Amino acid sequence: MSGQQWALIAGCAVVTAVIKAAGPVAFGGRPLPERIGGVIALMAPALLAALIVTQALADGEHLAIGADTAGVGMAGVVVWRKGSIMLAVAVAVLMTAGLRALG
Amino acid sequence: MDLPAAPPPPVPAPRESFRTGLRAGVPYAVAGGVLALSFGVIARQAGFSVPGAIIMSAIVFAGSAQFAAVAIFAGGGGLFAAIAAAALMNSRFLPMGVALAPSLPGRLLKRAAQGQTVVDASWAMANRGEGRYDRHFLFGATAVQYVTWMLGTVIGAVAGSGIGDPRKLGLDAIFPAFFLALLAPELRTASARGVAVGGALIALALVPLAPPGVPVLAASAAALVGLRRHREQAS
Repeated sequence: MSGQQWALIAGCAVVTAVIKAAGPVAFGGRPLPERIGGVIALMAPALLAALIVTQALADGEHLAIGADTAGVGMAGVVVWRKGSIMLAVAVAVLMTAGLRALG
Repeated sequence: MDLPAAPPPPVPAPRESFRTGLRAGVPYAVAGGVLALSFGVIARQAGFSVPGAIIMSAIVFAGSAQFAAVAIFAGGGGLFAAIAAAALMNSRFLPMGVALAPSLPGRLLKRAAQGQTVVDASWAMANRGEGRYDRHFLFGATAVQYVTWMLGTVIGAVAGSGIGDPRKLGLDAIFPAFFLALLAPELRTASARGVAVGGALIALALVPLAPPGVPVLAASAAALVGLRRHREQAS
């Protein structure tokens, strides 16, 4: 176990470092062509939306609607009504925990 | 604190940006610390030693990848499968790194090192629009999250399972709620709204088909409509 444990840790550290370095090494330090810049500017909405739905509407490898879906939905209402980020997060956590406590 | 007017830095006042980033990172750091706590507990249950769990958090520092690798390893999936899962989980950092790249000056090794500071929330908050990123803000926001990530892991690994179930406390709703709040100001233009919907649909469609991590990576393809937009402007 011990040797395997360290091999796993080293392997994860190396792949993570390589993945995080790849973009900055390949494209760093100079402006990208303008068309590529148009793609980069839209990267944030695409990735954020994907992070939200994969966390709120999925459980591992299957789609799942649960208490967290409702909590995140309520957070969406708070954000839409121009509430603060902390209020949105608090509403999401309380609603998720509350629904799980009920059933 | 005025510096001589050397070639203008891409982002003014690095130190101020770093401090602003530190402050902005605090809520994510608190949430991340709780997550790290549960990582420490789970890693110990999976058979990791206390130093093993702590060193993994110190040199991998990627929550979802650590959870995925430990879960697969503990489930008997083998070393290669566990590392591959971590790599796939982290694959979303590829497009984030590409997006950040033009904002990172300096030599190859320096850029590679600066790229290590990318984590979801810091990357999203450091976005200054039109493809520009405030790298010092990014460093600050990640620094504070690293501290609590380590603290949480140490406490979780040492204290063990005396800590409650994070799901019962609703803590798994923290990150998607944060990301929602970060997404909202991105949706000013019609093309950004279309890309967000497209990215969400791609990710959802792939969840049952692809290993965890891949759906988010694939969602970045929705941003390719940016190519078309510029081609239209040019013609």
